[in-house]
Amino acid sequence: MALFRRSAPKPAATVSSRRTAQDLRLGETGTICCLEDPEMALKLLEMGCIPGVKVRLSGRAPLGDPLMLVLGDQEYTLSVRASEAATIMLKE
Amino acid sequence: MTATLSKPMAVEAAASQAGPRPVRIALIGNPNSGKTSLFNQLTGLNQKVGNFPGVTVDRKTGVSQLTATQRAEIIDLPGTYSLYPKSLDEKVITDLLYDKGADNYPDFVVVTVDANNLRRSLLLFTQLGDLGLPAVLALNMMDVAERHGVHIDLPALERELGVPIIPMNARKGIGVAALKIVMAQRLDAPPVRCWEPDDALLPLVRQIRYYFNLHNDYLALHYAQQYRQIGFLSADEKAHIQELTQKYGFDATAQQAAETIARYARINEILLETVTVTRTETREPVSNRIDKVLTHRVGGYLIFLGILFLLFQAIFAWAQYPMDWIDQGISALSATVQDNFHGPLIRLLTEGVLAGLGGVLIFIPQIALLFGFLAVLEETGYMARVTFLMDKLMRPFGLSGKSVVPLISGLACAVPAIMGARTIESWKDRMITIFVTPLMSCSARIPVYTVLVALVVPDQAAWGIFNLRGVALMGLYLLGLFSALASAWVLKTVLKARERSYFIMEFPVYQWPRWKNVGLTIYQKVRAFVFQAGKVIVAISVLLWVLASYGPGNRQEEAVAQIMKRQDMGFSSPQAMAHYNQEHPGYKEDLARRVASARLENSYAGTFGHLIEPAIRPLGYDWKIGIALLTSFAAREVFVGTISTIYSVGQDADMGTLQEKLSAERDANGQPFFNPARGFSLLVFYVFAMQCMSTLAVTYRETKNWRWPLAQLLYMTGLAYAAAFVVYQVLS
Repeated sequence: MALFRRSAPKPAATVSSRRTAQDLRLGETGTICCLEDPEMALKLLEMGCIPGVKVRLSGRAPLGDPLMLVLGDQEYTLSVRASEAATIMLKE
Repeated sequence: MTATLSKPMAVEAAASQAGPRPVRIALIGNPNSGKTSLFNQLTGLNQKVGNFPGVTVDRKTGVSQLTATQRAEIIDLPGTYSLYPKSLDEKVITDLLYDKGADNYPDFVVVTVDANNLRRSLLLFTQLGDLGLPAVLALNMMDVAERHGVHIDLPALERELGVPIIPMNARKGIGVAALKIVMAQRLDAPPVRCWEPDDALLPLVRQIRYYFNLHNDYLALHYAQQYRQIGFLSADEKAHIQELTQKYGFDATAQQAAETIARYARINEILLETVTVTRTETREPVSNRIDKVLTHRVGGYLIFLGILFLLFQAIFAWAQYPMDWIDQGISALSATVQDNFHGPLIRLLTEGVLAGLGGVLIFIPQIALLFGFLAVLEETGYMARVTFLMDKLMRPFGLSGKSVVPLISGLACAVPAIMGARTIESWKDRMITIFVTPLMSCSARIPVYTVLVALVVPDQAAWGIFNLRGVALMGLYLLGLFSALASAWVLKTVLKARERSYFIMEFPVYQWPRWKNVGLTIYQKVRAFVFQAGKVIVAISVLLWVLASYGPGNRQEEAVAQIMKRQDMGFSSPQAMAHYNQEHPGYKEDLARRVASARLENSYAGTFGHLIEPAIRPLGYDWKIGIALLTSFAAREVFVGTISTIYSVGQDADMGTLQEKLSAERDANGQPFFNPARGFSLLVFYVFAMQCMSTLAVTYRETKNWRWPLAQLLYMTGLAYAAAFVVYQVLS
């Protein structure tokens, strides 16, 4: 199952070629393609961040972090840190 | 092997001998799925809070009258998203559900599910079903789902899941009666399996299953996943599972992820056939619009500050009136008893028990208001937004947004606050939070602060709008907060993280608080406070009274005799003394006071006080304060009780208020004893010092390691001593 991309952690300076939930603009919607970080993925999966589910960035905390993500059709809001949102890969 | 086999059988035999017992039902569900509401609906006031055996988490149980003749024991479990626990809170569930021989093993489970969030809620449900537990599905918030255009084909869903489904609205109590009827029946394990371990896993799973004599493959798989955390497994058993998992090359993370994905796939299939959504609403949900305001860049923090201000206002201003009533009530009762009865037992009752009890009961209004306030913030869903607002601010100090809730609760009492830190998943964040929470000024410090501030700070206006005493009080609270943050920062650099900290959290939808839940919370907290703290305080008050009233050998008698002798020598004859007494009416009282003081100084308590006097002299304290410091190591609020006992043992009850007694106290030079230097030194000491046995006990319970409470005690007391020393030396 191509759930994880088991790659070595990238240095922070490298710009990822693929978009993550962290790259969403306010109000923009994307679709989850896979979860990059195996450890974080388990928690995210249980909370409903499943590949194929739509995700919308609905807000940021006043200091820019954490983010508010609205998930799925039967909407509910998750709060995740920017670093955690960066492990949620989006479909092109 | 034989030992593990015989264990469940022995338990069954014991159970059958004990005769029939009420059905035991566990309530389980996602956070915010309405579980607590349902629990309150089912049990009402028949609730008690206890501990799970072996673990340190609060366990709520209650009794529910199902039918006229049938009662059931209901166990409320912490909210969870799956059977793979992430926080300490959630481990309770696995420890209960994995051990069929456990004392509290439920006969079946009631799973609460949010009808608006079926997909995610069903994940937990299918896991429970696959464990082979008889289950009922309480489909909650049906009204909201219908309003949102979600239509659920209940008979079809019932068929697919293989369990009874009760549609309900737990807030309003709709569906509770139907649920009770189902609960009163004997249920079988659901015949439907949603997911079963892969063939490749079967050799491992079957080995574990037969070794532990388990009834189910999926349960055996959970043993393989979580054997390290399962409390009831012995070291040998854990070693055996570890050997097996290594032998079969078991990858727990990959398995768990694959299982979750497979479950969601199956759930999607089920929902496709049973749920139709006709979206009528296109505008944004109200909750999101409220969030725009409450988590606004500037407004969010202003509103939070406003709420904190209201909280302080409630504790300090509004609570004052009921506190005065309680105080006056206790004084009146004490005076009535003293007027009508006499003897050492009556003095023990009034000066010991009643004085101590008054010290406890007077906090009830503040505790009730604070917990009521916090419960409302929690109920409405606002607390989750606070953690969201504060997360980034807290991280530089090694804390997370979730630490804010324990820190704010710490203003009421560190004991429940420390227990509240259980929701923090990361070990390091949680330990730091537990360590620094007692530095927040809890309500037990309020009486100490009030008495001392009134002694050393004049009642004047400051900068036009503030009162100088209010400013001083605020300063003490801020001192506590900043010391907590600074200590957290230090601890962050010292502690090594065991795992990553994360902050994935669902925002509950805003809703009006359920007043019944708020009321029950207040009732439970006040009850726990009165009974737990009350026992300690009354015991100490009684002990202190005895220690202050009696002394070693006959030193007290000798000291009194000496005063009397000096007295007699001053007069040429008994007639002259009688004459003098007539001329000076206050003389007799003065003599009585000197006698009482001599008795106290030579009592056991006085001897202790003198013993530690050298250690506290650099802080400006004398032996009387020494006694109070010693006794208040058990609980801070004892300080005021102790000084009022010390300054009133042997004296009339109507000697004036404690305030007057303290201002009348003189030092060796005839100056007021409680000068600003001594007063502020004491205040600072009480801001920092760890003087609460209950907090130490709860820290031990929560960390399961004596090093933590010990470190807390040494660190805070050291900090208190150093700070008090500096303050006294600088000010005097």
